Amino acid sequence: MAVATTQRPASRPLEGLEAGHRRYGEKVIVGILFACAAFSIVVTVGIVFALVVPSVDFFRAISPVEFFTGTEWAPLFKNSKFGVLPLLSGTIVVTLIAAAICLPLGLAAAIYLSEYAARRTRSFVKPILEILAGIPTVVYGFFALTFITPLLRENWPFGTPPGVFNALSAGLVMGIMILPTVASISEDAMFAVPQSLRAGAAALGATKYEISTRVVVPAGLSGIIAAFVLGISRAIGETMIVLIAAGGTPTLTFNPAEAMQTMTAFIGAAGLGDQATGSIGYKTIFAVGLTLFVMTLVMNIISIRLVRKYREVYD
Amino acid sequence: MSTSTPQTSETAVAISLTSRRGWWHRARDGAFRGAVTGSVIVGLVVLVALILQSLIKGWPRLNLDLLTRFPSSFPDLAGIQSAIFGTLWMVGIVLVTALPIGVGAAIYMEEFADTEAWYNRFIDVIIQNLAAVPSIVYGILGLAFLSRGLLDLGPVVVTAGLTLSFLVLPVVIIASREAIRAVPSSILDGALALGATRWQGVSRQVLPASIPGIATGSILAVSRAIGEAAPLLLLGALQFITFNPTGLNSSFTALPIQIFNWISRPQEGFHVAAAAAIIVLLCITLLMNAVAIWLRNRFQQTW
Repeated sequence: MAVATTQRPASRPLEGLEAGHRRYGEKVIVGILFACAAFSIVVTVGIVFALVVPSVDFFRAISPVEFFTGTEWAPLFKNSKFGVLPLLSGTIVVTLIAAAICLPLGLAAAIYLSEYAARRTRSFVKPILEILAGIPTVVYGFFALTFITPLLRENWPFGTPPGVFNALSAGLVMGIMILPTVASISEDAMFAVPQSLRAGAAALGATKYEISTRVVVPAGLSGIIAAFVLGISRAIGETMIVLIAAGGTPTLTFNPAEAMQTMTAFIGAAGLGDQATGSIGYKTIFAVGLTLFVMTLVMNIISIRLVRKYREVYD
Repeated sequence: MSTSTPQTSETAVAISLTSRRGWWHRARDGAFRGAVTGSVIVGLVVLVALILQSLIKGWPRLNLDLLTRFPSSFPDLAGIQSAIFGTLWMVGIVLVTALPIGVGAAIYMEEFADTEAWYNRFIDVIIQNLAAVPSIVYGILGLAFLSRGLLDLGPVVVTAGLTLSFLVLPVVIIASREAIRAVPSSILDGALALGATRWQGVSRQVLPASIPGIATGSILAVSRAIGEAAPLLLLGALQFITFNPTGLNSSFTALPIQIFNWISRPQEGFHVAAAAAIIVLLCITLLMNAVAIWLRNRFQQTW
């Protein structure tokens, strides 16, 4: 049982030896280290305050009913409209396209890496895939705008081709960007499935396809779902690709060939225009930001819980 | 424990049994193998296309002039010197803030924290959540407290650097925790048995042993900070800057911001300049990723 020796609590009884004389310096150091760890609480509280305080102000001026049910978004015009639904629909469309790419491809890539790839192939394919996750998002935006969009416009099979700015190209490229995240967390979950389960299925005559889809994937399901949820949460929160490639017009539509504005793209674009601090235009940044934050937070918490669950089962 | 240890030879023998099954099973198996391999190939093809496309498009501008000139309203004269220096300043700030705080937090969580205490479990959850907060939300944090609002410093080097530090802090903490956890407790136990205090054992034995892992995580974190544009945009950093930053409260531009600026201009010449700047940015981030992977493989110790 090599596992038992790596557990920290085993060293606790030795602490009696340290009590020879009081070391106040040690206490100070532990205090500093605790302060470092507690700093993450400060950042979190900072984020919550930064979002909530101006949002409360915003919702005093604009009723939440108008915000969440209005179908027009034009906060910076003279005749301003504050319906968030067009931004929400933009976010949903782009996220669905990205999910349609990154979930199946990510899961398949994870199955390949965990079940099919030889050890040597895996050792260079995995780092190369991880490079995809390390490419700056502004580069993906450029790629979507100047490569994928022209490709779509020239080879569009159904009627009027998409415009220069469209949700489809942004979503496709975003899907590729998130692929390694989904693949790597799913693969962790599959790696945690005990080898004996695979051997058992193989002994019963199962093919590799059957082992992968009926043993490994179901056994690692909570981790795979965690990967999916985290991938979708990343798609919702991604800014630069949609800001560059999906356009800046908030339209309530589900046609992916049209230009759309997502919540993140609105926040980014609002940062470009110089909103006077404290104006209603400035406060919309925080109201939309709070909506975005709550959506991603819920998904992240679900994802973290699911990961913990599969770790508990097999560790 | 014997059943759960990997026994690939037994699996291999068992798998050979499957060849006795019908053609349908073998065909389905082959098709599935092709599909999962294909999904990896799709990713690799996009990666190659992305790099090639930037190279081809940016090739005419990929020379020393690009690196030494400042932004200009004429696309052929525009360069990225101020953007490179702005990025370097921000990397510096991230290195002196996020790195020590992140490593300190990781040491506390792994070596000193009572993992049963509610506040330590709370911090654990908070760190995992922070790692998944969208980058633009960190921009909102910087906007509300640093750039405007509370401190009202404006879009300067220090506000952008600190915002990026908040952004990469959870990345540094998580990577450092994994590196520290990988050092077996027998090393610390040995130090304690010889009469070292816990801090002496951690700082002189555990920490040096975990430095390759911490370095790998930190390089990846810095590479992420270099590539981030969204939070900086929100701070108001999209500016026409024809000088290098002179200090912490100097205006600045950064590589991803400069690239975004050029992409959003209509003239084709600026798109060429953007592609060339993208090659420079990709060289920096991919080189850092390569160094990180090399470090991980070179110094990975199996205890």
